[in-house]
Amino acid sequence: MAGRATGDHFSRKLLTAMTGKTATTQESVFAARKITKVYHMGEVDVHALRGVDLDLYRGEFVVLLGPSGSGKSTLLNILGGLDSPSSGTVFYGDQQLTDFDDAALTRYRRYHVGFVFQFYNLIPSLTARENVGLITEIASNPMTPSEALAMVDLADRADHFPAQLSGGEQQRVAIARAVAKRPEVLLCDEPTGALDVQTGVLVLEVIQKINRELGTTTAVITHNAVIAEMADRVIHLSGGKITGVETNTTKREAAELTW
Amino acid sequence: MNSLNRKLFRDLWQMKGQAVAIALVMSCGIATFVLSRSMLHSLQLTQDTYYQRYNFADVFATLKRAPESLTERLAEIPGVGQVQTRIVVNVNLSVPGFDEPASGKLISLPETHRPRLNQLYFRQGRWLAPGRDDEVLASEAFSLANDLHVGDTISAVINGRQKKLRIVGIALSPEYIYEIKPGDLLPDNEHFGVFWMNHEALSIAYDLDGAFNDLSISLLHGASAPEVIQRVDDLIEPYGGLGSYDREDQLSNKFLDNEIEQNRNMGMFAPTIFLAVAAFLLNVVMTRTINTQREQIAALKAFGYSNLEVGGHYLKSVLLIVAGALLVGIPMGIWFGGVVTEMYAKLFHFPEFTFRIYPSVLLGASGVAMTAGVLGTIGSIARAVRLPPAEAMRPESPTGYGPTLLERLGLGRLVPPVALMVLRQLERHPLKTMLSTIAIALAVSVLVLGNYMQDSVNYMMAAQFHWVQRYDMSVATTEAVADRAIYELGSMPGVLLCEPNRYVSVRLRAGSRHRRVGILGIRSDSDLFGLVNMDGKPVPLPPGGLLVSQKLAEILDVGVGDWVQLEVLQGKKPIRQAMIAGTLQDFAGLSVYMEIDALRQLMREGPVVTGAHLLVDPKFQTALYRELKETPLISAVTVKQHAIDSFDKTVAENLRVMKSINLLFACIIAIGVVYNSARISLSERSRELATLRVVGFTRGEISAILLGELAVITLAAIPVGLVCGRFFAWWMTIAFDQELFRFPLVISQQTYAFAAAVVLVASTASGLVVRRRLDELDLVAVLKSRE
Repeated sequence: MAGRATGDHFSRKLLTAMTGKTATTQESVFAARKITKVYHMGEVDVHALRGVDLDLYRGEFVVLLGPSGSGKSTLLNILGGLDSPSSGTVFYGDQQLTDFDDAALTRYRRYHVGFVFQFYNLIPSLTARENVGLITEIASNPMTPSEALAMVDLADRADHFPAQLSGGEQQRVAIARAVAKRPEVLLCDEPTGALDVQTGVLVLEVIQKINRELGTTTAVITHNAVIAEMADRVIHLSGGKITGVETNTTKREAAELTW
Repeated sequence: MNSLNRKLFRDLWQMKGQAVAIALVMSCGIATFVLSRSMLHSLQLTQDTYYQRYNFADVFATLKRAPESLTERLAEIPGVGQVQTRIVVNVNLSVPGFDEPASGKLISLPETHRPRLNQLYFRQGRWLAPGRDDEVLASEAFSLANDLHVGDTISAVINGRQKKLRIVGIALSPEYIYEIKPGDLLPDNEHFGVFWMNHEALSIAYDLDGAFNDLSISLLHGASAPEVIQRVDDLIEPYGGLGSYDREDQLSNKFLDNEIEQNRNMGMFAPTIFLAVAAFLLNVVMTRTINTQREQIAALKAFGYSNLEVGGHYLKSVLLIVAGALLVGIPMGIWFGGVVTEMYAKLFHFPEFTFRIYPSVLLGASGVAMTAGVLGTIGSIARAVRLPPAEAMRPESPTGYGPTLLERLGLGRLVPPVALMVLRQLERHPLKTMLSTIAIALAVSVLVLGNYMQDSVNYMMAAQFHWVQRYDMSVATTEAVADRAIYELGSMPGVLLCEPNRYVSVRLRAGSRHRRVGILGIRSDSDLFGLVNMDGKPVPLPPGGLLVSQKLAEILDVGVGDWVQLEVLQGKKPIRQAMIAGTLQDFAGLSVYMEIDALRQLMREGPVVTGAHLLVDPKFQTALYRELKETPLISAVTVKQHAIDSFDKTVAENLRVMKSINLLFACIIAIGVVYNSARISLSERSRELATLRVVGFTRGEISAILLGELAVITLAAIPVGLVCGRFFAWWMTIAFDQELFRFPLVISQQTYAFAAAVVLVASTASGLVVRRRLDELDLVAVLKSRE
């Protein structure tokens, strides 16, 4: 068992060395190899991912850019341990996610990953503070809900229910909820998809701030090319494949973005 | 409290109306469970302790006259524990202040010591003073019914002589828990009572010095009752023994056992219905809740809540509803227990009867309620647990509607679009539609069932009092007499018609099966005694052979044309063979009829009679009754009106109570089901309905879409419920098909109409409550929110 793990670890390092542009200098958080995902929808098979190789490095801000149906949500779900690939391997650090059983995946999500969803997915019957509390109660080294809400500038709205908050505020609560456990990675699925420009920018600013101040590895999915300008790296997805990876030489501040 | 539990309580609060409705339905199941099971145990415990503490005998026998010396021989029978001999006589009584005379049983008590068997529970007063022949202890039932107290005096005709008897004490006996005159079905405590008197006084009055005419025996542990009975019969036969019998045939015990059995049946039947409906409602509500919370479930899982935690969260909300139901249901059951205990107090006379609450019953109730709740929801909860988080993130794909059967038949154009929406919705969820229909149908059937008991008993009483007993009075003679004596009765003032009869106590034997019964010999052209089936059809009395209750034929496993052995239990105790010439579907007891001359021929006797049925001019009834009671030849007089009055006072009143409880239950089910269905529909379709409002539909039109569905379900459920109700009633007639009573399957039109009306009203009311919520629908908010 240990021997195999070491072997896998070695081949992963090797692969990283061969494919990654900056692999030699940066520590990789995720390493995905040849991952495919096929959904069986009745009699048709939908190929969501067709062999994706991907590395995410510690502390970086990555934008996964692609039109809807390109497979970017599937990829994010697999990295976040919400879904598993049909084939291929995913490493998180030196642990192989694709070997995890359901309980191990649950622990992985519980202690390591923060999610932000397009539609916030707040629990409507809980206040902002309680929504964050839902996570801090089960995490190992969390902030207090108040600290997390202060980070997203919502300390004064802590006792409001989701229905009493605007869309942007709800998304910020969702971000506070995602970062309160001090996750290693923050995965955001179209975080501004349901928001107008101004509010969207506000939300992006918060995400950028988290990435900078906490050093959380951040992946944001979007079909909005403007958002790509604030990333360290932009990964283009189309038809279930990575069609290109660019590294931004100059990152733009979220506050400067407009669309 | 952690956040997840906080969510739990707030979610429950959000659906409080539904949660309360479900908890109420469930609490009815819990209440009936607690009531029936506790009552069953309470009755059993009270019966057992009473029997044990007061040495209730195991074997009983009546004989004509036997010397006390026989006692020793009886005691030597293997298996016999104690033998108690005594004198028991039937007497006519008159109570001061009451016009109508009554009848009673005088039972002798040893003067020097307490009786070894059938000991008395002393309620009031003092024990009989030795040597006194004018003191009695009166049964509590009779004293209460006639407002008699210690110190009051009654008079009895003892062996032809009127004697004043002073009540010095009030007592109860395990032998007379159900204090009923032999041959009656309902107690008439006002006109029949049991008294205890010094042995010597009775033995002198009846010329039984050094002798006895009644026998009680207790058995040693492990003794075989049939063997002892056989040996006792052999010993008492020369002394005019009428055949001994065990507790199973002891009248009071038989009625009490019958009641215990009914509680056992009810304890199964009623909770099953309520808990099944509650489980169904929980299923619908949890399925809907989990569907609306798909994305919340996804988020919880994405943040690392385990399947167990997510499943546990929903299970907890089910268990909270169950807990609420227990909190209401258990006190409700205990309260019903009090009501039923009061009802029992009129029928059964225990020294003390307390409705005891057993922890095991409460645990059992909690167990079955939780099981019902979990069984009802485990499927949807498992679906929530299994839901892959990535999939839960995506909203559910729109439900696939298709053309309905109506449209496939090409009739779609004839139906307005609103009706089509209603029909498609119903056809889209066939299982849910079906289960909702069944649940409402159950409410209808509970109502049918509740009133069926009353219909059936009313029918039974009407049939008994109008078709069978067409007489006003029936009299019995002390012994078989020449028929001349009876014809003299016909000339008494007020007697319009007098028909003699001949009654013979026998044991009918067919192979190894046997029963003690009485054969009533009547004229085949009798005007005063009708032989009718349950359906009211007259049954002709065959010229020869026996006409027996269908139930007796079943017990003996014989049919028409079969021969049975007929062991006469009196006189010279001849043994004869007789043919079953017909069967009768009657309501109560095990009866045997024979043409009077054929019976006399079988008995090889002349024209003797043992009683008569009389038709009486109402004006003379009281006077005649008094005169009859003072006629030495007559041992018992039964007035039909007394039986009717007694029925009205006890059973009818009890039935009214049961009926209101049933009504309450049925309304709870109906409201629970309809309200829940309406709320679920509203939640599932508020977006669609809001859209329709926005594009210009009126409130009335969208209400029609929402409530139309419920209307269709309710209207479909009513006929189903009426049929189910009839089926349950039939099932009950089978479950309650006993030797003492058999309920005819009679359900009146009013019962059906009432059941349908109550459910319609309950449905309309819950529909209107939900409609009000529809009026308050915030169009903008609904449309903005993401489904």
